[in-house]
Amino acid sequence: MKLKELEGYLQDVAVFTDPKIKLEQYPTTPHLAARMLYTAHTTYDDIENKAVGDMGCGCGILSIAAAMLGSSYNVGFDIDPDAIAIAQENCEEFEIEMDFILTDLSAAPAPAIMANGEENARGPYEMMKGKLDTILMNPPFGTKLKGIDMVFLKKGIDLANHAVYSLHKTSTRDHILKKAKEWGVECEVVAELRYNLDKSYKFHKKQSMDIAVDFLRFEKKPRPEKRD
Amino acid sequence: MRLITHNMLQCHVKGCNANNFPLELQEVVLEQEEAEMNEDFLRNMLTKIEYDALVATCLKLDINDLPATIPADAAYNDEFLQILHRVILETHIKSGKMVCPNCQHNYIIRDGIPNMLLAEHEV
Repeated sequence: MKLKELEGYLQDVAVFTDPKIKLEQYPTTPHLAARMLYTAHTTYDDIENKAVGDMGCGCGILSIAAAMLGSSYNVGFDIDPDAIAIAQENCEEFEIEMDFILTDLSAAPAPAIMANGEENARGPYEMMKGKLDTILMNPPFGTKLKGIDMVFLKKGIDLANHAVYSLHKTSTRDHILKKAKEWGVECEVVAELRYNLDKSYKFHKKQSMDIAVDFLRFEKKPRPEKRD
Repeated sequence: MRLITHNMLQCHVKGCNANNFPLELQEVVLEQEEAEMNEDFLRNMLTKIEYDALVATCLKLDINDLPATIPADAAYNDEFLQILHRVILETHIKSGKMVCPNCQHNYIIRDGIPNMLLAEHEV
């Protein structure tokens, strides 16, 4: 499938009917979603036959794009049942199989250590670690809840078996590159894009605005082989 | 939610750290929906599935098709892969609840969606 074709199909994905500002619900545009998934598929082969997780899936556009490009299993996480309901309808419309989990991704991953020395499980999805090949997200940028973008990103990197695709404000690039180094993952700025936000909320003064976003790809390094 | 997803969910109530998987399905409504089979994907999942938990869960749902242990030739055993496909990717839980075997917390499933949100004091 060609990029333009994918973007065309994605025009029909329904968006939030009543976006919730505290959750920073802005629909990922068909243009951005198509660009992300097309690259993940054609350049990196991270989609076809893969198990794909979508963190803060909202109306499901990233997963729908993934499924159209041949992902084998899709699961979305979101805290908003209204968004999930729209995503479910979208999946029915597109005849796509996707599971959803109503859960809170905003809690900081607390490294609680259990008596046996293992890290405590803090989310219901801890067992998915290493089982989802690819994680997709367009996380909240943290304009309402500072730092939440990094909480999402860290969780995505923890869960992914191989790669994470995410969108972040370009202004946070240096910080993210530094964090990626700390976390021991490779981070590549795949593209710098414009995120065109239509006036979604009353506090927006302009009818439409562009913000600069980075399309980032993170790859987990294979564990170094043990030497005898 | 399909059984593959149930196979990856555990209880996350504060302090509930052991014996919190698999969540026991109760009062569930199941639905079979046909899906395209992808052998490569199933082979890839063989090492990722918690097989014992899957079998135990299925038996409680009166799904008795899975062998007690993964066949040695599972990756190229068409019959087995077909059963596995039907069980984990075509069996949907439409409603019901999941009960933690350890702390007995109930996670409700409605419209096919498990509600894994916890009240503040449970986090």
